[in-house]
Amino acid sequence: MAGVKQTLSVDLAGIRLASPVVAASGCAGTGRELAGLTDLRRLGGLVTRSLTFEPSRGWPGPRVAETASGIVTGVGLQNPGVRAFVAEDLPRLARAGIPVMASVGGGSLQGYIRAASILRGEPGIVGLEVYLSGADEENRGLPFYSRIDRMAEVVGAVSRLSTVPVFAKLPALLPDLVPAARGCIRAGAHGLTLIDSVPGMAVDVRRLRPRLGAIIGGLSGPAIRPIALAAVFRVAQDLPQVPVMGVGGIATAEDAVEFLLAGAWAVQVGTALIVNPSAPTEIAQGIAGYLKAKGLASPGDLRERMRLTGEQPARGTSAS
Amino acid sequence: MRRVRAEILNARRLGAFQSITLVAPEIAERARPGQFVSVAVPDDRRFILRRHFSIHQASRRGGWAGTLEFVFDPHGPGTDWLAEAKAHQFLDVIGPLGKAFAYPRGPSNCLLVSEGHGASSIFFLAQELRARGKRVDMVLGASGESHVFKPIEAKRLSQTIVIVTADGSMGERGSVMDVVPRAAQTAGTEVIYAAGPRRMLRTVAEFCIDQRIPAQVAVEEEMACGTGLCFTCVVPVIRKDGSGYDNLRACTEGPVFNPARVFWDRWMSEETRPVPTPPEGFSPVVSSWPA
Repeated sequence: MAGVKQTLSVDLAGIRLASPVVAASGCAGTGRELAGLTDLRRLGGLVTRSLTFEPSRGWPGPRVAETASGIVTGVGLQNPGVRAFVAEDLPRLARAGIPVMASVGGGSLQGYIRAASILRGEPGIVGLEVYLSGADEENRGLPFYSRIDRMAEVVGAVSRLSTVPVFAKLPALLPDLVPAARGCIRAGAHGLTLIDSVPGMAVDVRRLRPRLGAIIGGLSGPAIRPIALAAVFRVAQDLPQVPVMGVGGIATAEDAVEFLLAGAWAVQVGTALIVNPSAPTEIAQGIAGYLKAKGLASPGDLRERMRLTGEQPARGTSAS
Repeated sequence: MRRVRAEILNARRLGAFQSITLVAPEIAERARPGQFVSVAVPDDRRFILRRHFSIHQASRRGGWAGTLEFVFDPHGPGTDWLAEAKAHQFLDVIGPLGKAFAYPRGPSNCLLVSEGHGASSIFFLAQELRARGKRVDMVLGASGESHVFKPIEAKRLSQTIVIVTADGSMGERGSVMDVVPRAAQTAGTEVIYAAGPRRMLRTVAEFCIDQRIPAQVAVEEEMACGTGLCFTCVVPVIRKDGSGYDNLRACTEGPVFNPARVFWDRWMSEETRPVPTPPEGFSPVVSSWPA
């Protein structure tokens, strides 16, 4: 189909990105490291590592264990604190011309509020992402995502403070994923990021020890892609109007197209980025090639294009 | 730092190790001792992370100009495929990465201490120190004879050399630290450089601190990205003003550190601690899961 004017740009609740491929949280460093290896301006956007109000040293090592088609990491949100980020890293990222989404973390509701207050109105930040996998000091150290009302409380507080669109980042393995997604949107989130890394572990059998200092970390990489895809699909079916960023094991353009077909509005690339610094650029080019071959004008045209033959499972259940 | 598609010029066995020489002028021209390269694994592998190797040689001039060599354990996790790589194959390489060893300013006697594979970066350092008119002495440690790294080359590069193996199959029997004090005294050592496993580095560091000998150590941390993105290869380093410590990335702020500032107790505890201690003084913001 010649004559279709093609674009890679996407609009996520008012965040306009030139490419649907975004660097995922915790995988793009401080914005300095990638500069010599890839053209940062060709990233659709960049999600920062999760920022807490106070600086955090993170977990002791070892922090990474390689497993089949993936890595288990336990970094523990090492970050310089949100004020140091605004003073040091943000100006550099802004100068590089990359749309920056700041990932906000915390150990308490107050922690989120204080971090979000510092980011409020900062030029150069186009959106926030709320990290919900951290331990909640006010709920016996369980993760924020373990209770929908608690997630909604945190997401709501950040959204009320924010002057830019807010995305809630959810893990895949929630029994009530769709209600949780709805809860976050109702609380004020403008979009969702699906999924966070999957709780994982590896053991050194020779030394009879866990391979991570954190013992349990997060599994990422191609091993979790089908899990992420299913989560994106379920939520996108239920909330077709809500912008979803799909993330989990995306390493190639074909992987990304899978997510766009399943209902994602954009994709994030994490583990692939630490293996191949130009992965986001290559994936964006591949998406453009795919759109052209299919005669489609933009990544958004892929949503709802997937042919769903046969009977569909009832919403909210997993079809096995 | 550059990313290149580099042709393998030569792949050969070196005792218990495997050596690969690449044609990579963009990297070789900039490479300094202590730095490393990052090599991508082939697609569709069970392992996905890049592998990181310290630079053993980099030639900027002469017949081998523009080449660089690295050495690795062919039985290491995820390096079996690389052990089978042949000349004329291409590798996706990023480098040079990391902070290099610094050279002493005045005329100095340098003792270079290494164990096993750690020796690979020490040879490059020895050449550069000699080119700057420094005296080089070496202590070369290993588990056994086959793991003693290039002993003949080591003799050629250094004024004196002590070889020490755990099983006594070559040189003296014992550990590196059994011979370092004597070697340092004999050579009138003014500066010590060390590369090798964490435990060995610590014993060398304690000696240097005790004897007030300035030193630099290159750590062998497992790295995921090698470029500073992922914060997985951190080493606890005490701040200059002594107000606490920071977890610094071995790939970016290292792999060469001042051993007097490494927080050894904290770092060593990672090898023995049965349960993790949450980061002290900060809220426990960690990945966790519903109980």
